[in-house]
Amino acid sequence: MTSELKVSGSLQNRLMFTLISGAAVLGIILFFIVRGYAAQIAQNGQDDILEASLSSILDAVVIQDGSVEVDFPYASLSMLDTELDDRVFYSIYNDGILISGYEDLPLPEKINTEISIFNTIKYKDTNARIASAKRILIGEKERITISVSIAQTQDALSRTLNRISKNVALFGSGFFILVTLLSYWATATTISPLMRLASSVTKRGPQDLSPFEKKVPSEMYPLVTSLNKLMTRLDLSLKQSEDFIAEAAHRVRTPLATVRSYADATLQRVTKKENRDALRSMVRAIDEASRAASQLLDHAMITFRSDNLQKEPINLNDLVQNLIDNLAPIAEMKDIELKFKQEDKIELFGDFILIQNAIRNLIDNALKYSPYEGIITVSIGTSPISFLEIHDQGPGFPPKDLDNLTMRFTRGQNSNGIVGSGLGLTIAKDVANAHGAKLQLSNHEKGGACVTLLF
Amino acid sequence: MRNFIILIFILITSSLSANEWEDKKVFSNGKNTNSLSILSSTDTSFFAPIIKSFLDKYPDIKIEYFVTGTASLDEIFRKSPEKYDIIISSAMDLQLKLVNDGYAKKINQIDHPNWAKWRQSLFAFTIEPAAIVLNKKAFKNIAIPKTRQDLIKELRSRSTFFRNKIGTYDVRKSGLGYLFATQDARTSETFWRLMEVMGGLGTKLYCCSGDMIDDLVSGKIAVAYNVLGSYAEARKKKSDEIEIILPADFPTNMMRTALVSNSSSRVKTSETFVRHLLNTQTEENNDKTHSLPPLFLKPGQQTIILEPALMTYLDKLKRKTFIKEWERAIIQ
Repeated sequence: MTSELKVSGSLQNRLMFTLISGAAVLGIILFFIVRGYAAQIAQNGQDDILEASLSSILDAVVIQDGSVEVDFPYASLSMLDTELDDRVFYSIYNDGILISGYEDLPLPEKINTEISIFNTIKYKDTNARIASAKRILIGEKERITISVSIAQTQDALSRTLNRISKNVALFGSGFFILVTLLSYWATATTISPLMRLASSVTKRGPQDLSPFEKKVPSEMYPLVTSLNKLMTRLDLSLKQSEDFIAEAAHRVRTPLATVRSYADATLQRVTKKENRDALRSMVRAIDEASRAASQLLDHAMITFRSDNLQKEPINLNDLVQNLIDNLAPIAEMKDIELKFKQEDKIELFGDFILIQNAIRNLIDNALKYSPYEGIITVSIGTSPISFLEIHDQGPGFPPKDLDNLTMRFTRGQNSNGIVGSGLGLTIAKDVANAHGAKLQLSNHEKGGACVTLLF
Repeated sequence: MRNFIILIFILITSSLSANEWEDKKVFSNGKNTNSLSILSSTDTSFFAPIIKSFLDKYPDIKIEYFVTGTASLDEIFRKSPEKYDIIISSAMDLQLKLVNDGYAKKINQIDHPNWAKWRQSLFAFTIEPAAIVLNKKAFKNIAIPKTRQDLIKELRSRSTFFRNKIGTYDVRKSGLGYLFATQDARTSETFWRLMEVMGGLGTKLYCCSGDMIDDLVSGKIAVAYNVLGSYAEARKKKSDEIEIILPADFPTNMMRTALVSNSSSRVKTSETFVRHLLNTQTEENNDKTHSLPPLFLKPGQQTIILEPALMTYLDKLKRKTFIKEWERAIIQ
């Protein structure tokens, strides 16, 4: 009935993957933004110095004795000194005619008097930033325009940028690692209520169909609610079927007893052998049916009581002694000796009726399978732990059935011809489980079945 | 040390040759698998020991050593940069401009202090002062001036004696003279006062430190301003006729620099030579073994800084203005 459930991915992994890839994308975007911003700032820095140098040159222009003099200060070029010794080029034009500097340095056509204009150019096989501006001088006779361009290579700038990029990349990686750790922690925390629910479901006993009542996160509320509804329905339908069985058994038992008494009475009167044989078979079948019915009733009662145990102190020795006394007449019918070995006294705290029922079923089983004139030994002891053992001299359990015998209506392969419903061991086991005890089935080395209850 | 037979060919400059070399020498051990040509402003006698020690290590290299003035050196090299492997000059500004204009090769494997290099292409290997050099006899009975102001006072008070007996660089011809003059002018107005006083007394102008020192020793002139201290020091060892003064008001120190031509076809050998040159000049050995002043910065000592601003006075307009002013002061 249980089919293999297919697994498709993991919630935690999916969540972590989403978080981490989100962080990676964010990190990369951040890297480019910061780098771009840094590049702009660095470029602005260079532009500012170029502009200062440019204006110091333009300021030095004078007309002296009718000729243009540009006595620019040492600082004009000194301020362009960089860490990486960037190269510096300049050109000074008087009305479009080069009067000093590098003649092949480009001069933009449209330059303003007020604002310097900046360009990045390729000059002498290297990238250079160039700033240009002009100034108009009014002489005695004429009006002249001095245009100046000053350029600087970008070695120091690119090194600064590389350094910034490296640092930003380093910070980005650190951020990414941190986010990875955080997302692992976050997903683990998020997923833990689900894990707790799963483990509490796993830990439940097979009969426990009560609803979950612990607090759950809102996202899990629908799931747990559905689960609870499902379990309630399951519980209800189980109970209904148990009730149905108990009701059915009860209704069958009374007419069966009537039929049996009629059959017994008839048996006394009939003399013909074939008729007597037929009647005996009838009586045996009726016995079997009524026993099954009463065991079904027992089982239903046990199922019901298991959920609401009525615990009280029990003296196990007295309980067993009583049972043996009660069952002695049945044992005598098969000349079976019932031995009771009391190694120790055991006091239990449990449901008296259930325990009595379970042990009676076990001794009953032993009586059924025990040969004529056999011995059944019931032992009680406390070492190493409290136990009750019932050992007969019957054929023992078929080894390959050992695991299944406690299931409902399961009977061993060697049970042919023996009256039984297949519920005895199931009842014993359910009672043991309800009390936190254990039922062990084994075969004694000298033959015979051996049933042990470990409390 | 092993003694190699070093053949030194002294070639007398032919009047037909394209360049007027002050000196030209070939250093060789006879087996020449590789060769290097060095264009330099440093007198052969100062540089030869460095070349010889290099040839001791690498005997199969032939070195051609061309000497010319700093200004013409710049001109010659710019005209044919592929002809020369290593350029050595005391004109820091011209050298720096060569690097700025892309004539020099980057040598990444050289570990050199930051203040003594530019763009990993220009390497300084000496620190040399500009000195006032005096003829001792002329200053026999008077206090020796310690500063430029002292010198001005002295010149003024004995103007008849010093008339036509003063010398300095002709900054129009000498690159180093121009560098010293511009740096002096940048530092203090005293320079212009001195120039005016010197101009008033009829100053002789020289192309090179060597000639100035020659005239000092012979007594033709009594005072020379802005002479290369290292050259004067070397001469003083031979004849004790002169007194060298490093002005106390502000000293001017320059660094001799070397670069490898970007168009050189013998880059490996050139780099090896530059490394040898820098090692020799920075080794912590007894000063006496250095033919040129080593590259040690004494505490508190300052030199002209290798920075783009050195190109300021190389500007055509700035140079024109400076020379005009200088001429106005010194040629009266």
